[in-house]
Formats: sequence, structure tokens, C-alpha cells
Amino acid sequence: MSAFTTVRTMLGHQPRASWESRPHAAVVATKVIILTALAAAVVIPILTVVATSLTSEQELIDSGGWVLWPSDPTLDAYTKVLRGGVVTHATLISLGVTVVGTAVSLAVTILMAYGMSRPGMFGGRPLTILVLLTMFFSPGMIPTYLVVQELGLLDTLAALIVPVLVSAFNLIVLRGFFQGIPAELFEAARMDGAGELGILFRIALPLSAGAVAVVGLFYAVTYWNMFFNAILYLNDSGKWPLQVILRQYVLEGSPLAESTFDTVDATSSRSIQMAVVVLAMIPILVIFPFVQRHFSKGVLTGAIKS
Amino acid sequence: MARTPSNAGRRFRRDRGLLLLALPGALYFVIFHYVALAGNVIAFQDYIPFLGFSGSDWVGWGNFSQAFSDPAVLVAVRNTLEIFVLQLGLFFPLPILLAILIHSITYKRIASVMQSMLYLPHFLSWVIIVALFQQVLGSTGLLNQWLGAADIGLVDVIGNPSAFKPLLVAQLIWKDCGWSMIIFLAAIHRVDDQLHEAAAIDGAGYLRRLWHVTLPSMRPIILLMLILKMGDVLTVGFEQIYLQREAVGPQAAEVLDTFVYFSGVVDGNWGYATAVGLMKGVIAAAMVFGANKLAHKLGEDGILR
Repeated sequence: MSAFTTVRTMLGHQPRASWESRPHAAVVATKVIILTALAAAVVIPILTVVATSLTSEQELIDSGGWVLWPSDPTLDAYTKVLRGGVVTHATLISLGVTVVGTAVSLAVTILMAYGMSRPGMFGGRPLTILVLLTMFFSPGMIPTYLVVQELGLLDTLAALIVPVLVSAFNLIVLRGFFQGIPAELFEAARMDGAGELGILFRIALPLSAGAVAVVGLFYAVTYWNMFFNAILYLNDSGKWPLQVILRQYVLEGSPLAESTFDTVDATSSRSIQMAVVVLAMIPILVIFPFVQRHFSKGVLTGAIKS
Repeated sequence: MARTPSNAGRRFRRDRGLLLLALPGALYFVIFHYVALAGNVIAFQDYIPFLGFSGSDWVGWGNFSQAFSDPAVLVAVRNTLEIFVLQLGLFFPLPILLAILIHSITYKRIASVMQSMLYLPHFLSWVIIVALFQQVLGSTGLLNQWLGAADIGLVDVIGNPSAFKPLLVAQLIWKDCGWSMIIFLAAIHRVDDQLHEAAAIDGAGYLRRLWHVTLPSMRPIILLMLILKMGDVLTVGFEQIYLQREAVGPQAAEVLDTFVYFSGVVDGNWGYATAVGLMKGVIAAAMVFGANKLAHKLGEDGILR
């Protein structure tokens, strides 16, 4: 019995309030089955893709095309796609756009969110309306395209960043956080003669680290997952990010450029295809666990109210 | 309190440092949202990129009247509305039910692991989601490998026009059901425990309390989400559909957004496609404000007061 109690405690069991009745065993069983099915629905597709990317051609043929667990894991598929061909190039472009884009977006968003966070400030209300209205209308694909064209951004990697530079939602989230910091802290710092940038870096940012991390994740995911804007704005296939290559190679099954592989490997083998899918998922699978714990801390739900 | 010019001037001098920080972001919003919005004037032109705004011919409402008699637009409108109704009926209630289920888990660690796991798919790109579905449900996919091994007939889901719309909704559920739950979960957490206790002492079981305490407390947030969803009535998932349009053909898969892209950018009917996109935008904005008005009538705050 004590082992049972230990397991319950480890899983964070919360005792019911005295007025709550215990659910029927059948209800509990149904719940366990539903939760297991939900977990399997998320995990199995991802697991089978990862497993297949780690499996040798021969084992795949023997098993009928798919495995859930490779018996003899091999990194062959990854060494092939990362040998310096199209996929390597596209991965580097995606990494570059994601790093630069996230940095610039975060900087502009933080500055603007702080710059409109002071209660009763000059121009505060018009600025807020300027931002909020954009959440209710979109200029449309073609008018936005024309602006990108007029700015001379077509066929440059900046076209993947500038048109989505600031998200109104992220901005409002951060502004809400800055406004939640007691005004006396800011006033005291101003009395001490600190400039606005100094106050931002020494007071506002350290107190909103969780919210900044979440907003940073949102931007990073936007840039890493960017697909259609690349199709729309970039004709030069040499500038295409990983998602576009992934679509070409996995969804449409077109072989990668010959320079990537020697003739023996030129067929688009499934483990190589799946290795490209995994490459496109990895940064998200790696960063996500570190940031997701901030989700629950009111970062997002606070914003909805404003 | 009347704001005298000198007062405004003083506030400006006090806040100009802040305003300077906000400037780059404000410029972005002006250029990519407000200036871009003005670009919709080409909806009234026979726009030719080489000639530009000033050189292209004005055609008045010609593009709009043409849209009303274009069978391709009608197909796109019908597909868009069908997908929206499916999303509203099949997708919208699920995150609410899921939030209730997750909230009822009495093991905190299990609940938090489930949450993380269910949030994850939201952060995967549509290209990856479509690839995953193809690998699992495709004709040579995992499911058919299992069905084949068990000697059961094969399923034909991917690339089948009549299964296309349910497939879209299934993909949306897989990707976003968990993530959409987050807001409802927060709403359930805020329900006052004393209400539950009082109801339980009066003899209300779990389901009765769910119906009479939990759901009424969630009503404002459910209504708010519904209003926001109304704004998406004509926006049903561009990338998702674009990626799979070729497999089933435009008759089953063309929606207004893909129509604007293929007719405008690909085929070069710039003015005409912009007119279709502009009508779409106006209707979507009207839907949000209409739904908001309705929420006021029902005695809720809605999004704008």
C-alpha cells in the first residue's frame, strides 16, 4: 500500500475536496483510455517518422515500409542529406532567417511594447488603436505583395522577415506585462536619472523574462515554419528555406538535385525523406520543452483580457 | 479635465523618449497594414504591373460584377463555407471538452505532461503536418501497412476529393485542438471553488455541476472565441489547403484565399483577384462586428465595448 502511495505522490496526486464524490471505476477507466489514445495520436506519427529516418533501406523493405522502432539504428540518412547539398543549404537558410528574424522582431516588439506602456502617456491611445485595428482587417495577399515589391524586397531573404516583423498579438502581450510592473519602480528609476533604455533593460525586461521567452518562441516558430511567403516572394530556388524543400521532396516526391547524391542514392528513399521531415521538426522539439512551462503562467491568457 | 495644448506639450516632452522607442514598430504597422490596405485600389483597375498604379486603366466596379458571375468564384465560396461549417461544428467544441477532461485529472504531473504533449503539434508547420498525415494515412502509409498485414481492406483518404474536407478538419484537430484548449483551461481554473462546493452540498453530482457551474462560468470566453472565429468565416487555412490542392483538384479544394493567389499572382489577373480578396476582407470584418453586436444583445462584453 505504501508503494502505491509513493507512486501517487510522485505523479502529483491532489486529494479531492471532502465534498467531491469519487467517480465510478468505469468512468476512471474510460478517462484513462481516452487520454492514452490522445497521447498515442500525437506520439505515434512523430515516432514512426523519427524511427523510419533512423532505419536502413534493407530493414524498411523487410518490414513493409514502416517501423516504430529501428532494430539497428543508423544515421546514414542524415549524413547523406547533410553532406552539403540542397537540404544542407536550405537548413542553413532557415537557421539564418530564424535567428536574424527572431532577434530583430523581438527587439522591435520589445521597444514598441515598452514605448507604449506608460499609463496616460502622450499618444498612447492612438498607438494602441493603430495596433488593435490591424487585428480585425488584413490588407490582403496582393496589396501586401505590392508593398514588398515597391520596397525592392522581392527575391531577397528580407522578404521572409520584414512583412511579418511585428505581431500585434505578441506586442499586446508584452505591453500588458510591462504595464503590470508597479509604476513606482519606473518612477524611482527616472528620479535616479536613468534613461528609458536603461529602465527597459534593468527593470522591465528582467521582470518579464518568461513573457519575452514565450514571444521569442512564437517568432522563432513563425520564421522556422515559414513556407508560403517564400513561395510568394522568392523566385530564386537557391534562397528557398527548408520547409519549401521539404514540400518539394517529401510531399511531391521530386528527387533532390543530382549534385546532392551519387547516382546510387538518387532515388528518394523513404528514410532520407523522413530525415528531412525530422530536420524540419528538430529545432521545435528541442526548444519547446524549455519555453512551454511559461505558457501556463498567465502569459497568454492575460493578453486575451486586454 | 480639459487638455490644454501646454499640457499636451508637456506630456509630449515627458514621453518623447518612449515614443522614439515605439517608432520602428509603428512604422511597420503603418506600412504593412495601412499603406498596404490602400493598395486595394487596384481592385478598381485593370492592373498591369509594368504600368503601375498610375498607368493602369480604371474599370470602376467592373471586377466586382465580373466576380459575381464567375463560376470559379462560386465554387471557391461554396468550398470555403462548407469547410467553415465543418470546422465550426466539428472542431470548435472539442477544445472545450478537452479542457474539461484535462482539468478533471487529479494527478498534477500527468495533467501537465498531457498538456505539453497536446500543445506541441500547434508548433509544427503545415508542411510537416501534411507530411505526417500522408505517412500515416497515405496509400502506402503506416495505417495501410497494418491493415494490409491484418488482411483488412485498404483505406483511401489522401487524394480522395470526397474525403478532402473531413481530412482538412481532422488535420486541424490534430494540430490545434490541444493549443486552443489553453484559454478554456485558464477559464476553468478561475471558476470559484465555493460555487462547486455549495452545489455539491446541495446534492449536485459531477455532471450537474459541469452544466450548472463550470459551463456558465466559461460562457463569456466561449462567446469571445466564437466571435473571433466568425472573423475567420472566409479564412479556412490557406497553407494547409494550398499544399493539398493539387492532389484533389480545384473543384474540391479551391477556397477564396487560394483563388486570389492562383488567379492573381499565378495567372496575372491582379485587379480582379484583389477585388475578390477585398470583398472577402469586408465581409469578414462585418461578420466580427455583427457577432460582437449579437454578444452585446446577449448581455456579454464581446471584444469591443
